[in-house]
Amino acid sequence: MLSSITLFIGITLMYSTPLAFAALGGVVSERSGVTNLGIEGMMTIGAFTGATVGYFTGSAWGGFLAAGAAGGMIALLHAFASITCRADQTISGIAINLIGPGVALFICRILFDGATMTVPVTNKIPKLFGSAGGSGALKNLNVDVTVVVALALAVLLRVFLYKTKWGFHIRAVGEHPAAADTMGIHVYRIRYLCVIVSGILAGFGGASMTLAIIPQFTPTAISGQGFIALAAVIFGKWTPHGAYGACLLFGAAQALTVILGGGSFQVPSEILAMLPYVITIIILILFVGRSAAPKASGQPYEKGAR
Amino acid sequence: MDKAAKILKKPFTMTLIAIFFGFLVAGIILAAAGYPTFHSLSVLLQGVFSGPKHISNVIIKSTPLILTGIGVAFAFQTGLFNIGAEGQFIMGCVAATTVGIVCDFPPVIQIPLVLAAGVLAGAVFGGMVGFLKAKFGIHEVLTSIMFNWIALYFSNFISDLKRFHKPDTMGTYAINKSGYTMILGSWKTTKEGKEVLVNNEFLRDTLLKTDVNAGILAAVVLAILVSFLLYKTTKGFELRAVGANRFAAESTGIDVNKNILHAMIISGGICGLAAAFYITGNSPHGIATLAAFENTGFNALGVCLIAASSPIGCIFAGLLFGGLLYGGQSLQYEVGAPSEIINIVIGVVVFFVALTHIIPPLVDRFSKGGKNHAK
Repeated sequence: MLSSITLFIGITLMYSTPLAFAALGGVVSERSGVTNLGIEGMMTIGAFTGATVGYFTGSAWGGFLAAGAAGGMIALLHAFASITCRADQTISGIAINLIGPGVALFICRILFDGATMTVPVTNKIPKLFGSAGGSGALKNLNVDVTVVVALALAVLLRVFLYKTKWGFHIRAVGEHPAAADTMGIHVYRIRYLCVIVSGILAGFGGASMTLAIIPQFTPTAISGQGFIALAAVIFGKWTPHGAYGACLLFGAAQALTVILGGGSFQVPSEILAMLPYVITIIILILFVGRSAAPKASGQPYEKGAR
Repeated sequence: MDKAAKILKKPFTMTLIAIFFGFLVAGIILAAAGYPTFHSLSVLLQGVFSGPKHISNVIIKSTPLILTGIGVAFAFQTGLFNIGAEGQFIMGCVAATTVGIVCDFPPVIQIPLVLAAGVLAGAVFGGMVGFLKAKFGIHEVLTSIMFNWIALYFSNFISDLKRFHKPDTMGTYAINKSGYTMILGSWKTTKEGKEVLVNNEFLRDTLLKTDVNAGILAAVVLAILVSFLLYKTTKGFELRAVGANRFAAESTGIDVNKNILHAMIISGGICGLAAAFYITGNSPHGIATLAAFENTGFNALGVCLIAASSPIGCIFAGLLFGGLLYGGQSLQYEVGAPSEIINIVIGVVVFFVALTHIIPPLVDRFSKGGKNHAK
């Protein structure tokens, strides 16, 4: 019994971690007033860069950091379009989702002799209790270190957004940029930083998939996780703790699927696989209901406009 | 100068500029990766335009994108972002396949029945998103993403059912032949039909070598119908008013929630229709087990954006998208450049579409030459 509980927790944490990184990034971007629909594309770039750099350098953490840098770079495109050019953020985000996987697979084919997947890395992200792991029930809890990093990040971000001056500035820019501007807050600078941070975190999310959970990048390594992270942002009502909680919920529902699937239940696996999404919708109807985005989210800010 | 400025400000010109930049960036990337740029681009274009066979293949590839694009555009006009087009398309495929396999009526009944099944499934799926938004205020993007996954697994569930699964394959049986929508599909296989086709080069290339289906005709008709509905009827005005400013619409007595629901039902229905034509018009005429999303719905978002949400524009944007996808295959085959360059082209085009609105103010600045600055 104890071992199936720890197994449940272990799987929950494993599934939720890539989502959590990306969703926390989404929260940062949205709170500063820039909708980030391009999370999926940024995650894919991160997943590819992480696995590739991890393979060539042999360093998992090197790959992880490179993934963040790559995610941040593609986020810069989104920032330039939506902040400087005041473009439609939805369109720009969709463009990122098309460009991200395109660039990842294009470079992948060039580097790996036409293959759409990278060669598995030899050094994955370390496990919490080392590669030997614990024994018995504890073994199931021997999760990747990224799990802890994501959790710590959620806590830090919560403190940062609500207890520090900088967090206040970000939220002000997201709610009422003109008012923030009169207060002497640099709206553009803050938005740029937030979108780039969002890309870096999405990149980390992608890399925590291809460097910790599976050892390589494949065309389906990131298939929809970015959108689920986006959903988690909305589900969590644009707060770090809410988004992280939503990711845990998705993870838990996935874990339930895995555990039920392994049991003696006579339920087709496809129906079980639907469960997380059905549960989410039911929870939304019953408990969450109306959600309001940060007021200025999705709206470009033009200095001096009324 | 004024005339040039006027032309530059037209949405169509701006789209062309975006497309130009898409190819420019692709050219730069190809050159940077060490491929012959001009040769690659000419192979890409040749792959599309050299001969009727290729053109009809492009049309076949474009048809689902155009139809789904129109569906997405319809929701966009009402201010709704139908990211659930993917799921609605999948459900349309499932419904068309199951009904097409189970029922076997003469084509006059069978074809409308299969198409209606697709429309209904898409409409129900779209309608649920609209309902949850209207009734509980749940963000449509959030529910759409969940419904996409539910559709994916539901499709796999159906595809694995004993009743539908074709043994030793990855998918279902084909639907009954009476539901096929290829143009002159059955006539082509008769003896006299073959004779006529073999003797006419154009017809041989388009009809015999490829399977053009009625979907493209439906797409054109639908684009006109949807434009009429949106711009010439009261209902269309209401829908667009909700999209432009829901509070203003509400204050004039328009029922916002009802219109949101209607928009999502129609948008989903169109995506379902796209799926039904896809199943009835394209081999293998059934669904396959999906390992991941096939992206018809997501690509349709790109089509709709390039077309600036104009239903007629979706025809051309869809052809561009489908043409690039098709031409990309020959690029990979002949030059060896990864076909993913196509996704980059399209992504860059969409990216520049997002930027195009900065052109009019720039044009104004240049055409005035600074002399009106004092004003």
